[in-house]
Amino acid sequence: MRSTHDLVAANASTAYDDAFGSVLLDPERATPRGVTGPHGKAADKRFNVYRNNVTHSLVTALTEIFPAVARILGEENFRMIARDFLRAHPPRSRLVFEYGHDFADFLAGFAPIRHLKYLPDVARLERAWLDAYHAADRTPLTADDLGALPPEALATALFTPHPAARLVSSDYAVYTIFIAHREGPMPERINAGIAEAALVTRPSLNVEVRRLDRGQFLFLKTLSQGAPLQNAAGLALESQPDFDLQAAIALTIESGAFEGCRAGNDIDEKD
Amino acid sequence: MSTKTALTAAYIAGTVAAALSAGTLATTTAAQAQEKEKCYGVSMAGKNDCAAGPGTTCAGTSKVDYQGNAWTYVDAGTCTTMELPGERMGSLEPLDRDLPS
Repeated sequence: MRSTHDLVAANASTAYDDAFGSVLLDPERATPRGVTGPHGKAADKRFNVYRNNVTHSLVTALTEIFPAVARILGEENFRMIARDFLRAHPPRSRLVFEYGHDFADFLAGFAPIRHLKYLPDVARLERAWLDAYHAADRTPLTADDLGALPPEALATALFTPHPAARLVSSDYAVYTIFIAHREGPMPERINAGIAEAALVTRPSLNVEVRRLDRGQFLFLKTLSQGAPLQNAAGLALESQPDFDLQAAIALTIESGAFEGCRAGNDIDEKD
Repeated sequence: MSTKTALTAAYIAGTVAAALSAGTLATTTAAQAQEKEKCYGVSMAGKNDCAAGPGTTCAGTSKVDYQGNAWTYVDAGTCTTMELPGERMGSLEPLDRDLPS
């Protein structure tokens, strides 16, 4: 579409948005003036085909980014909602796989599905899955890395999160619903009202999703925010008296949620 | 196990040592090492779909009125397989009342 390039070249990007970008996602708007067919003929039908293809491919991208949400809603319903979403939230990145970061919030505010309280968190987990898929490749923390720290430094050890690691917690059964609507078998019943948290990682090639209990979630969350091991363990134990620290440390390594660890700056001996 | 005991440096060090010596870790690392090279350009959701939609000129241009129509947003999905606490199998009602306190 040569005339489009002319528009871009001649104007600032805001003018491009006004003249072409916003019109592209709004079927109510007239064909931009600079868009014509051969020999200056009107190109309304051509523009509508193009406009449709843009909408269709973005809706399809959302369907593939959020397959569980699409399955819960039914694909036809999902596509209608996705179309509303993309008109309100057009892509900001030219990379389609970066699309939909605000989809969960959109779902949460979308009145017709407000009764599906768990749905926004399922969308958050699906978006986290794709984040992990496209995150930088790094070798995760190994048992040897952690074992190399002097024993007296372990309590204050600090951990660096792996670029693919994501944590999602919910008041609903977000992990169970996610698994059932993506890879797993569909259980006869899902108790949606049980609070769950999930850890998403990609230690090498494959994205892995694990269900976390409350203590594990707090432990990993606190560690990934840069707090010492001792503090993370303390917080987890406070929230969940039967928190299993040994299992959580094993999980820290097995899951690939971190890429490194180091001795903390000060080793305090209080307590 | 009290919180206070668990937080001593010695306890942390001992627990880490126990975790690292557990057999499960070694097998996981070995399994990960078996994964091979990455095939670029096969991203599932990153592809830029050029398919012309159903009807080609209508899918992106039709208008839909959602108001008072919430029911239709779950009719074709799996919402009804979601069990809510207290004999409310397949409920399409709001979940508010079913929240764990």
